[in-house]
Amino acid sequence: MTDEPTVAESSSLMTPGNVITAVILVLGAIVTVLRFTQGLGATTNLSDNNPWGIWIGFDLLVGVALAAGGFVTSAAVYLFGMKRYHSAVRPAVLTGFLGYFMVVIALSYDVGRPWRLPYPFAIQQGTTSMLFEVALCVALYLTVLFLEISPAALEWLGFRMLRNVITKLTIVLTIFGVVLSTLHQSSLGALFLLAPSKMHPLWYSSYLPVYFFITSIIAGLSMVIFEASLSHRFFSDKMDQTHKDEADGLMLGFAKAASFILAGYFVIKVFGISADNNWHYLFTGYGVWFLVELMGFVALPSVLYAIGTREKNITLIKWTSALTVLGIILNRLNVSLVAFNWHLPSADRYFPNWMEIVITVFLVTLGITLFRFIVTKMPILYEHKDYQTSTH
Amino acid sequence: MSISRRGFLKWAGAANATVILGKSATGASNHDFKGYPDSKGVLYDSTLCIGCRKCEKGCNTVNELATPEKPFDDLSVMERTRRTTNDSFTVVNQYADDEKPGESAFRKIQCNHCLEPACAAACFVEAFQKTPSGAVEYDASVCVGCRYCMIACPFEIPTYEYHKALTPRVRKCTLCYPRITKGLLPGCVDICPTEALLFGKRTDLLKTARERIARKPGEYIDHIYGEKEMGGTSWLYLAGTSFSSIGLNEHLGNKPAIEYTAGTLSAVPLVVGLWPVFLTGAYAMNKRREKIAFSEKEAAVAIAIEETRAAALEKQEAALQKAERVKKKDIDNAVKQALAEAQKPDDEKSE
Repeated sequence: MTDEPTVAESSSLMTPGNVITAVILVLGAIVTVLRFTQGLGATTNLSDNNPWGIWIGFDLLVGVALAAGGFVTSAAVYLFGMKRYHSAVRPAVLTGFLGYFMVVIALSYDVGRPWRLPYPFAIQQGTTSMLFEVALCVALYLTVLFLEISPAALEWLGFRMLRNVITKLTIVLTIFGVVLSTLHQSSLGALFLLAPSKMHPLWYSSYLPVYFFITSIIAGLSMVIFEASLSHRFFSDKMDQTHKDEADGLMLGFAKAASFILAGYFVIKVFGISADNNWHYLFTGYGVWFLVELMGFVALPSVLYAIGTREKNITLIKWTSALTVLGIILNRLNVSLVAFNWHLPSADRYFPNWMEIVITVFLVTLGITLFRFIVTKMPILYEHKDYQTSTH
Repeated sequence: MSISRRGFLKWAGAANATVILGKSATGASNHDFKGYPDSKGVLYDSTLCIGCRKCEKGCNTVNELATPEKPFDDLSVMERTRRTTNDSFTVVNQYADDEKPGESAFRKIQCNHCLEPACAAACFVEAFQKTPSGAVEYDASVCVGCRYCMIACPFEIPTYEYHKALTPRVRKCTLCYPRITKGLLPGCVDICPTEALLFGKRTDLLKTARERIARKPGEYIDHIYGEKEMGGTSWLYLAGTSFSSIGLNEHLGNKPAIEYTAGTLSAVPLVVGLWPVFLTGAYAMNKRREKIAFSEKEAAVAIAIEETRAAALEKQEAALQKAERVKKKDIDNAVKQALAEAQKPDDEKSE
């Protein structure tokens, strides 16, 4: 396809999807005003016992994990020589960038004084804090992702010179991105290392940072597959032939990788139970829930991905990617909300306020809307006609 | 002054952050931080506590906290297990005494002012400081409000002003830092009508606690809670019944909180140092493999072309030779025919 695809002119904007989006955006705007005028107490169910809710458990922890597709795909293509997946880089990096962007926005809802978010860098550095590492790496990585996706915007705008300068940095940016991702993905798990007395032993492990890092790779691979299947459905008219031709190979390759890594993750999870001798907890209510996560959302997708790869069953792979993404969400919520404070009586436990859910849905919707906008305007799913032969 | 473990980790963290803070650091230390010398603390003796809630009142007054709904002489509030809140930096709870059936045991709780505080290890702006006085101080002027300190605190002490939209702060007991630096007693200790609360140098308090246990071994559990828990705290507890039965967690261990993240933090500089090497190596290997594959392909193509050309040449040569042979034969034939024609008898011609 040599011509830039044109935006399909819709006769009416009143499609069901657009109406739902509009309702969510309006509700979100109202709750936003409430949050910043009435405070956290008026809009959340956070308490002295439960200082972190879904804005951390979902928006930060899940958001960062699911945005890992950017570093996974660019590392695979640029560092590990899998050039055949090149067309997957831009959509993955875009998702990563928007994911991290939304994480930062969510954090400014969650912290008490968001205008002080630069303080850890500018005013006083608490370098013993795991959270300092998270903050620094997230801030730097957001910059890296911005630079990585900027060529798409620059091609769209026609800034050839600048675009060419930035594409020369591809390898350096990719390496930097992998280093930063390794650090902050693992540090998000390490946040909870500080509170062994408050976490259920089945989820508390000194391996937590490794678990979080490994699952971020699984999340990245699965999100690329999941997102590719959605893009093929909704943005097929924006794709060039290369993108379409490479899609099946991409899904098969990423599914195979995800299957292997899930298997490895399963093994180290079992080692984790063994290392702390937590076997007896498996026979409790929490143990059953732990097994649901481990068998249903780790072992099962590993097997399903393997079958999908062997039988070249793209449909099975697509569904498995959705299952795996759900598993990542479940894991992050289990660590941050279910296992945390397990010792407290149920009356003191946390359940999100509807307004917290509204903001979370609002931010996800905002992210998807931005993605839709960018994909229709910029060369994400196709190569720009002026830069066909370029290596980026 | 010796460098504490926290000091070392601070350095390790800074190395990752590429933030040069100019803070001094020695190598890895294997010694325990025993607390600042002469730092102050409070010994709480549960066996002497009568559950009068006067300490709560004193705390409320000196810290100028909001007046509670129920007055401090209403002892019914103790029937429910309470925790610290924005407006009560200390609370006394009532428990059934395991050792003396029918009787009650009390436990006062407030910030324990750890020697190596979890909140300080957690804070990414260093809003918490263990001061040489013994108090763990909180600086609201830098606090971002991430509430990681509340996640980290093993004693579930820090509280947050969720109701404030613009200036929420973390709230907790200050060990009456402004008072003790002026030589006054903390508000709760000052008002206590019994000797359940004793303020002094932590080292002296430990001696006193041991003496009390030694003097009345039947009255006390032979343990000073806070001497070693989570690396030690400036508040120390004596009890006549098991500590867990009066709401003090006996499974915290003796490691300061920061040790739980030390391993991960120390791995950070290694990742920063080695990952780029490994990744550049992977890139270089793949690039080289590609290059070799490319040149091998080139060579193979060149050989194939050469072979094809040679074959074609040979074929051409053969065809040429064949054509020449055919041509020669034709000429020979033609000559032969011409000669034969010429030698025909003349008579045939004359006829």
